[in-house]
Amino acid sequence: MSATAKVQNWIDERLDLEELSAPLLKKTVPIHRHSHWYFLGGLTLFFFTVQIATGLLLLLYYRPSANEAYESVQRITNQVHFGWLVRSIHAWSANLMVLSVFAHLFSVAFYRAFRKPRELVWMSGVLVLFLVLGFGFSGYLLPWNTRAYFATKVGTEVPGQIPVIGHAIMLFMRGGEDVTGATLSRFFALHVCVLPALAIGMVMLHLALVQKFGISVPASVERRWESRFSRRKEIKFFPNFFLRELIGWYFALAVLIVLAVLLPSELGTKADPFASAPPGIKPEWYFLAQFQTLRMIPSKILGFDGELLGILGFGVAPGALLLLPFVEEKLGSRGVLLVRAGLAFGLSYLIVMSVIGYLAK
Amino acid sequence: MRLRTKRIYVFVKGEELLMALNDVLETGCPLERSAGEPLPRRSALRILVGSVLASLATMFYPIAKYIVPPQEAAADSGEALAGVAGELKPNTGKTFRFGTKPALLVRLTSGEYRSMSAVCTHLGCTVQYRSETEQVWCACHNGCYDLSGKNISGPPPRGLESYDVHVRGQEIYVTKKA
Repeated sequence: MSATAKVQNWIDERLDLEELSAPLLKKTVPIHRHSHWYFLGGLTLFFFTVQIATGLLLLLYYRPSANEAYESVQRITNQVHFGWLVRSIHAWSANLMVLSVFAHLFSVAFYRAFRKPRELVWMSGVLVLFLVLGFGFSGYLLPWNTRAYFATKVGTEVPGQIPVIGHAIMLFMRGGEDVTGATLSRFFALHVCVLPALAIGMVMLHLALVQKFGISVPASVERRWESRFSRRKEIKFFPNFFLRELIGWYFALAVLIVLAVLLPSELGTKADPFASAPPGIKPEWYFLAQFQTLRMIPSKILGFDGELLGILGFGVAPGALLLLPFVEEKLGSRGVLLVRAGLAFGLSYLIVMSVIGYLAK
Repeated sequence: MRLRTKRIYVFVKGEELLMALNDVLETGCPLERSAGEPLPRRSALRILVGSVLASLATMFYPIAKYIVPPQEAAADSGEALAGVAGELKPNTGKTFRFGTKPALLVRLTSGEYRSMSAVCTHLGCTVQYRSETEQVWCACHNGCYDLSGKNISGPPPRGLESYDVHVRGQEIYVTKKA
């Protein structure tokens, strides 16, 4: 018996690997004309692992204090071997992760994969999206540059406008009345400790639920399959789908490296709490729609505070997204149509406002 | 009053409580009242659950308090040095530190000085003076104020707090309006 076989035997005797891996080996992936959308979840997971790996590398040199953060990122970019690459990959992979998590969410929503019994799969996925946005928001303060400073100032002021509890939330986020080194410490802890723990837990729950319920098939395909059983087509997850997924991951890695090398992330100027916000200041692209909304909303709408209404909207939309399966059910027979229309409106709103925000001077 | 009586009862019957709790833990059957026992198991269980909840609360209280940042001592003297004479040309402006917040000093075309808070009333970005429009402008969400600090366009809901400017020799001081 070879050495590896011995080790395998030894482990198998104690853990019964066959029993452990049985559910995974049994897992299948439905094959139909919309199957390519199934790659987006795995793609998001790939970017997430890239984030963990590059994040750990950045931690070796990054210093989380107002006096040193900017300089340490400068050092990573200019002096540490391949530091620019690691940082660029971290930044680009973050962007692509946000993109793929949004694409995954909207594809799942439009194909109504959230319908019974998969409501909890959907909700855990939406929570992952919120966590990903939290990563983005907490992450881009860390270089302590001008853009990060004002984005954080606005981003923490927004919840501060909520009546009664707003100020307490703002104080909690900032660690004081203003955005200072105390805010940086908090965001750092959030970004490298709290959010990763929550995200890893939530992703595992999401995957376990997908494993439990199997992969959803669009209703139209399901009907066709039900009418003639022979039309049903599935492939094994291991190794058939997984190998196809690996090809996708290699492709994603190539895109990531090309972007990171050709368009390395910039550092900008160091944050100065007493300097004016520079003209043309904008947040990351995934917050552009909210940014543009805040710019366009008038100070008063029918006697109400305009910004307060906007901020209420920012709260209602994610809530509705989280509870989408129940919203659809509650709306009754027209639910499917209304939810689709709502999703289409939401998606177009995000795209149009982001484009306007991007082009705005 | 009831609470107080209960407390005394628990104190006096301390040993019996321990015995009852032990019973609960051993038998795992808290709801059965056994004859001859002075303290019923149901009460013992309530006290047990109550103390666990209380201990959790005492753990969370300091955590909650710890998370809320302590009040900083106000470094606000009510007056700040905004600049020196000749530093600003007419129709220009600069930001300076007033206490813990940024403030704006503007020299009008006439040569007169104006000062106001530089914290935009919309979402707290730091505003700047724009010579081409002779207005105060916030780059974050395109809010505009006139030279007295009044909000004139864009999202800001209120005007900027304006300050008094005092020129003493070569130095320009700013104070809050009385």
